[in-house]
Amino acid sequence: MEISERIKNEAEKTRSPEDTVLVWPNLVYIELICMLFATAVLLLLSLVSPAPLEELASADTTPNPTKAPWYFLGLQELLVYFDPWLAGVVLPTMIIVGLIIIPYVDTNPNGKGYYTYSERKFSMLGFSYGLALWYILIVIGVWTRGLDWSWYWPWSDWHVHMSVTAVKLVDLELIFQNMLGLSPDPVLTLGRYAITVSNIMTWICFLGYYAIGFTLPFLLFRNFFNKLGIIRYNLVMLFFLSMNGVMLKMLLRLTFNIKYLVVTPWFKI
Amino acid sequence: MKEMIAKIVKLITDNQVYRSVFRHGFPTTDANRALVMFSSVVLHLHPVRVRRGALKIRFTWCLGGLTFFFFILLAITGVFLMFYYVPDTRRAYNDIKDLGTVVYFGELFRNMHRWSAHAMVLSVWLHMTRVFMTGSYKPPREFNWVVGVILLVLTLVLSWTGYLLPWDQLALWAVTVGSKMAEASPLLGSAGPFGPEIGMTRENDVAFVLLGGTVVGQSALLRFYVLHCLALPLVSAVLMAVHFWRIRKDGFSGPL
Repeated sequence: MEISERIKNEAEKTRSPEDTVLVWPNLVYIELICMLFATAVLLLLSLVSPAPLEELASADTTPNPTKAPWYFLGLQELLVYFDPWLAGVVLPTMIIVGLIIIPYVDTNPNGKGYYTYSERKFSMLGFSYGLALWYILIVIGVWTRGLDWSWYWPWSDWHVHMSVTAVKLVDLELIFQNMLGLSPDPVLTLGRYAITVSNIMTWICFLGYYAIGFTLPFLLFRNFFNKLGIIRYNLVMLFFLSMNGVMLKMLLRLTFNIKYLVVTPWFKI
Repeated sequence: MKEMIAKIVKLITDNQVYRSVFRHGFPTTDANRALVMFSSVVLHLHPVRVRRGALKIRFTWCLGGLTFFFFILLAITGVFLMFYYVPDTRRAYNDIKDLGTVVYFGELFRNMHRWSAHAMVLSVWLHMTRVFMTGSYKPPREFNWVVGVILLVLTLVLSWTGYLLPWDQLALWAVTVGSKMAEASPLLGSAGPFGPEIGMTRENDVAFVLLGGTVVGQSALLRFYVLHCLALPLVSAVLMAVHFWRIRKDGFSGPL
């Protein structure tokens, strides 16, 4: 509180109209120095690390692994855990839309124009969490993915295929079916979609995650809900829960070898 | 000596031609330092005066300005590269090879273009992070944040379309990964959820539109070339103008 007050006061102080300086030369020179410095760094990088040029493009030989540009490797890494329609299309779209709506759902008037954590904890934590997830996935994609998209440590031999350990991935509905001894026969058929009891249970789990996620903060942090209003609250929770859902699905896949949470003939999650 | 310099300066500046270009003296007096901001199309991106806090590097880290600077560097090096590059699958690879072996400074320009592109992607991310951390998107600047997010996406797409142009294995397969994802789009892709149900095939889905075919070939190279060199930079430039203009209108959020 005291620190943030101080920062705010300082910001207020430097805002007084008397305390202005001419842009030329004060700012223009800083910009010039920045540009020269950036150019120097780029020139140096260009000299020590030339742009790669591999063999002529050929549709006959697929490189192993096939890697997207580094800034998309986070999404490519998601392909391990999700089908392409999710990892490559729906999740990136959600990231973009989620970023766009930030100013419209953040009703907190504090922390405008200065760095503060204490006055906007939730938004700072939420944003940093998403950002960290994005960067960690990129780091994994760039530096630890080798042949067959297997995990390679920097000290591993990157020319040898990793022995494929016999990890069998299972769908959640099969786990339910086997554990609870449920019948594999469908109770309902919608076109190509044969719905079994265990399949319904996976839907309950999936939708239940969102239902509980939407309801709990409403019950426990009513202030939060009241501040945002119903539309903003639902938008925030949709994107926040989906972000956590991505993390959760990855954990389920890594710990319980679950391939899909929900399976339909048209899409799998 | 001093007199001679003064004479030369007078000779250069005290005539109709010079005054038609520069309408005031050197920015050595406060009046001229203000006038230079009004009369120069480049400098008028700035206000005449800023708060002392604007000079604090540790507020903005110069990231937005650097992103813009990288864009300009990319335009300059890109035009140079365009002189030597033909988007033809039979030529493209060799044209890039020539840059490294035949063309004077070709390799340097290509390296600069590549590093500036990496730098721009990184600086635009960091700029967004900074703007979030200082809460600079809060009212009345919400819409400028939206423009910024679109510019971020455009930067990524620009970089990605440029990735294909060298027409080497790296280029072809990196873009193939991307186009496979487009194919998997819900509704719009032939391999995506409900795509086939509403009549999407490999010959009419969104990946076909992107590549101009079913595989990454000549049409894809031409499309990516035109997008990379013409369409996307134009759209970006327009949105940048909006982005900067809004900053001038709304003012800086911080101690700036």
